[in-house]
Amino acid sequence: MSEMKANETKKPLTVLQRILDDQNFMLMLGLVMPTVFYTLWGVMEVATIPIAP
Amino acid sequence: MAITTAQSPFRIDPLTGMRIDLKAQALVKINAVLAVVFLLVGGAAGLLVALTRWPAVHLLPADLFYMALTAHGVVALMVWIIFFEMAVIYFCASTVLSCRLATPGWAWVQVVLMTVGAAITAVAILQGNSSVMMTSYVPMDAAPHFYLGLILFAVGALIGCFVFLGTLVIAKEEQTYKGSLPLTVYGCLIAVIIAIFTIASGAIILIPTFLWSLGLIESIDPMMYRVIWWAFGHSSQQINVTAHITIWYTVASLAFGAKPMSEKVSRTAFLLYILFLQLGSVHHLLSDPGMSSAYKIFNTSYMMYMAVLASMIHGLTVPGAIEVAQRRNGYNNGLFEWLRKCPWGNPVFACTILSIIIFGFIGGITGVTMSVEQVNMIIHNTIYVPGHFHGTVAGGTTLAFMGLTYYLIPVLFQRELILPWLAKIQPWLFGIGIAVFGVALMGAGTLGVPRRHHDMTFAGQALSFEWPGMAYMMMAVGEIGGVVSVVGGAAFCVIVVGSILVGKKVPADAKCIVAPHADRNADKHIGMGGFEAPGTFVLALTLFVCLVLYYFINFKYLATVWTLA
Amino acid sequence: MATAYTPPEEGWATEPIERTEIIWIVLALSWCLFMFGWMIAWHWIGNQNMNNEAYRTTPEAYAKKVEDFTAKYTVRQDASDPSLPVVAPPPGSDVYLAASRWQWRPVLEFQKGKSYRVHISSLDWQHGFALLPENINFQAYPGYEQVITMTPNKTGTFGIACNEFCGIGHHIMLGRIYVKE
Ligand code: HEM
Ligand SMILES: [Cu+2]
Ligand SMILES: [Cu+2]
Repeated sequence: MSEMKANETKKPLTVLQRILDDQNFMLMLGLVMPTVFYTLWGVMEVATIPIAP
Repeated sequence: MAITTAQSPFRIDPLTGMRIDLKAQALVKINAVLAVVFLLVGGAAGLLVALTRWPAVHLLPADLFYMALTAHGVVALMVWIIFFEMAVIYFCASTVLSCRLATPGWAWVQVVLMTVGAAITAVAILQGNSSVMMTSYVPMDAAPHFYLGLILFAVGALIGCFVFLGTLVIAKEEQTYKGSLPLTVYGCLIAVIIAIFTIASGAIILIPTFLWSLGLIESIDPMMYRVIWWAFGHSSQQINVTAHITIWYTVASLAFGAKPMSEKVSRTAFLLYILFLQLGSVHHLLSDPGMSSAYKIFNTSYMMYMAVLASMIHGLTVPGAIEVAQRRNGYNNGLFEWLRKCPWGNPVFACTILSIIIFGFIGGITGVTMSVEQVNMIIHNTIYVPGHFHGTVAGGTTLAFMGLTYYLIPVLFQRELILPWLAKIQPWLFGIGIAVFGVALMGAGTLGVPRRHHDMTFAGQALSFEWPGMAYMMMAVGEIGGVVSVVGGAAFCVIVVGSILVGKKVPADAKCIVAPHADRNADKHIGMGGFEAPGTFVLALTLFVCLVLYYFINFKYLATVWTLA
Repeated sequence: MATAYTPPEEGWATEPIERTEIIWIVLALSWCLFMFGWMIAWHWIGNQNMNNEAYRTTPEAYAKKVEDFTAKYTVRQDASDPSLPVVAPPPGSDVYLAASRWQWRPVLEFQKGKSYRVHISSLDWQHGFALLPENINFQAYPGYEQVITMTPNKTGTFGIACNEFCGIGHHIMLGRIYVKE
């Protein structure tokens, strides 16, 4: 955090760099994306298989 | 610099000028040594498996074969690789950032838990009633301590991940580096993030399975198991990919003084990994009942192949950076002078370049093709699959790790390599062996030969099935390649262990071996036709053409089989 | 000068990208998008797709279906293994195939060019349906049945191996489908 402030006096960082340098945000993305699209969606797929007639 | 606080002494390495935390050094060493020991075990099991699947030899009886295959999968894939990854992330967080390692005590807990866990699982496998393959699909059951060992092992690895993250925090606070993380550490961070998801998934599925094996839970749904297990099983391959690509970048810099072609491009490619790479786990479920095509297509394509794009970027930028560095160093003639003048006899370089080639041409091309929803139907669970992943995980990851080990021995263990002539050919033995193995197994898989199968002749079966002669030949050629690679793997273990035990000590006043910064041609114009790395571009185009052709060949073959709807 | 293991120079995020990389990225991205479109398009232009029809069941219920199906359409016992009935269902009908340790039951007889709704499920552990030498492969689960409409496009004797490890007899598990004119 204090790092960020120190940098602000220089050239502003690009959005891309802010994202790439933000370790916590990257961690969050890396957990949420597969949990939502692979795991939760996959579990829903299995759970919604209908009972055999 | 104000160094050497009482609790964390550093030394300055004479070979690299790096400032090394001695506590981190001890931990990197122990993890690397354990890794190599387990590689030896895994390789021995691999030899037994290969000699059984070689039809003319057919070494082991069925029960021992399935036991050896379970051991090989668990030990080679999980234990060797993850121990080595612990060494890599500790090295990168502390040595590369000149920082002390966070909570070395916890890091020792990691070592102990992983060792004990691996040992418990190994014992369970050797006791014979846990020959369930590393995937241990329920309702097939293993002994409870099979799962328990894996859980302890995973907890250990998770602790290692947190030690890494803690070290990054310390490095930032103590300002041991300025600005953004070096790419080497950045890549490790990406790998660690993937690892956290991986291990969490592993816990979610293995802990209930452990309780089930104890009789505390009545049943586990086999499809739910497979969905979650592969969030663990496949994501751990994505850790490996990220780790070995990081090593490629690092070795390019260590051996050539290469600068990444564009930090922005490489880091954005890593962002694509974070976003999409782990979705690929679904390619293990493509032939399963009841998964909608929307789910399968979205995930198996890593959301429109965005992670494939990222891998293709890394595949270009690493050799590209080497090319630029070589050209700046004076090898600027023609398309490929830079490549000819590479240190082909140096095992660090040879391992790395072979890793890049095998991973791209064997692992990559086939992986992209076989994970197409429909093409998977003609590949799923055939011996093609082991052919493919030995291209990724043995040819790609393991070779890259071997290369880094050759680099670390003089730096961290401060020993010179013994048997330099052997070290010179070792990468080629292992690499070419695995390449032959992989390609031949894919050939056999295309004919339908199943994986994890003790006897392709179906001897004693009333309903016989006749394979074409080609299938037997492919299996034989492949397993001969496998034996060659085992020789290469054994040579690696001998060199590493031998160097550590009896290698000549690196003198304290040794000359620095860090590559000269690439600046002989710094001001001159390099490259051709406005391309800084034209040779790499041509090589990348070759890969591209192979990929496109191979992709369509598979659809052509798919179009000839029974109609399926 | 910066390397991979030293922090990047300040302003790295605004450095221009070199031509080699730009062209490669454009090329790779185009191919990626093409592959994505092609995989979707194959559902219309291709004849080999999974329809993803599947049901939740139990091994007992499924075994019953296989039994009824076998009783209804058995035409003879297999010449190679007389313990196995050969079942010749009418085209278009539902076909029930069961995997168990360590066999595929029953033996099937199809007609070339006719479609069959083949149900696949397991009565115990996981198995793998592997049609040889066609090389068509599906996962077989206990508790789930999957339905694939198959239309043989050639005649002959086809094997069904098991390609999911299912215990010590995994490699002797072999079934059969005859396809007649
Ligand atoms: C040293 C040379 C090696 C040889 C000769 C070898 C050989 C084999 C063979 C013959 C199989 C069995 C394929 C089948 O029947 O399904 C196999 C499976 C496997 N190998 Fe290797 N291998 C080697 C190295 C490695 C390495 C370095 C790794 C991982 C880093 C690895 C990971 C695996 C895995 C995960 C399996 C699948 C196990 C399973 O199906 O559960 N192998 N290997
Ligand atoms: Cu089976
Ligand atoms: Cu089986």
